[in-house]
Amino acid sequence: MRAPAAAEMPDWRDEIFAALKAAEIGQIGYVPDAGHARLIELCRDDPEIRAVPLTTEEEGVALAAGAWLGGQRAALLMQSSGVGNCINMLSLAKTCRFPLVMLVAMRGEWAEFNPWQVPMGSNTQAALELCHVLVYRVERPEEAAETVAAALDIAFNGDLATAVLLSQRLIGANGG
Amino acid sequence: MIAKDRRLDRRAVMHTLLENRGELLLVTGLGSTTWDAAAVGDDDRNFYLWGAMGAAAMVGLGLAIARTDRRVLVVTGDGEMLMGLGAPATIGVQRPPNLAVAVFDNGHYGETGMQASPTAENVELVAIARACGFKEAFDIIDELGLRDFAARVHNAPTTLFARIAIRADEPPRVLPPRDGVLLKTRFRRAIGAE
Repeated sequence: MRAPAAAEMPDWRDEIFAALKAAEIGQIGYVPDAGHARLIELCRDDPEIRAVPLTTEEEGVALAAGAWLGGQRAALLMQSSGVGNCINMLSLAKTCRFPLVMLVAMRGEWAEFNPWQVPMGSNTQAALELCHVLVYRVERPEEAAETVAAALDIAFNGDLATAVLLSQRLIGANGG
Repeated sequence: MIAKDRRLDRRAVMHTLLENRGELLLVTGLGSTTWDAAAVGDDDRNFYLWGAMGAAAMVGLGLAIARTDRRVLVVTGDGEMLMGLGAPATIGVQRPPNLAVAVFDNGHYGETGMQASPTAENVELVAIARACGFKEAFDIIDELGLRDFAARVHNAPTTLFARIAIRADEPPRVLPPRDGVLLKTRFRRAIGAE
């Protein structure tokens, strides 16, 4: 079977956005990352989503908790370095069993040009798991939307904290 | 020394803020502001933070965006606010009209032995809030200012910030429930979110 031409393939970022919409996400907290640029743009342009730029990622964990207290679903977009900023704040999600969905654009793991990204990038998954966050990895474009949808399901149905790591190989090594 | 300190009494301030609260939703920060709210009276519509220092204002933001039909008041301490000092910048951009952030400022870390906080030196929380885009930011040092702010919490057209000067004393702890799941679930039920 002939592989479809690039133009025929839906962009995986657009498919992740569709998964967020299908899950009725009403708030998106984000710290910009080049790997999330398209998603941020889509969220900001959507009248049903309140896109909240954060000064640091840990604010997003608290924002998402507040949203859920008010009956609204939130998701977070961040870079792997930002996961390190969230550590103590994740105790809020754990202790209160707030649903949490973090979409993490990975740096420091695949043809990275900046060695300063490597210490956090290589510890992102372990750090999240130490904080009792369920971690899913996406390596290929066709896995992206279903993995995000699965994380959204388990987070909001089970009151659990989840993270989807979007690999640097998927995003493109140059990152941002 | 304390007897001569003319700053406001924290328990009395919390009482004034919650008088005739109506449908007001309350988020308190780790430490003394949580005990203050419990001292006024436990309520399902109070979400007390027992940890996650620096979270209070941002929990309030998420809640205010989610529930535009309700007023949301965050009450936290100077130390807790300083730990999340990016939050005024984040909130200053969003400015939900139904959110008010009040900081009880005694210039000290009350829970850990009353060590001086940066607000005891040269850091001015009201100036920070104004610089972050809060259109209405108040420095409250007396009963009159407090009563004015307490009224505005219910009808202001924009996000409010208040720094309320309180005495650095430690009234007896009044502890609300500390089970986070209970606090979350009863809050959601009380406002019809679950």
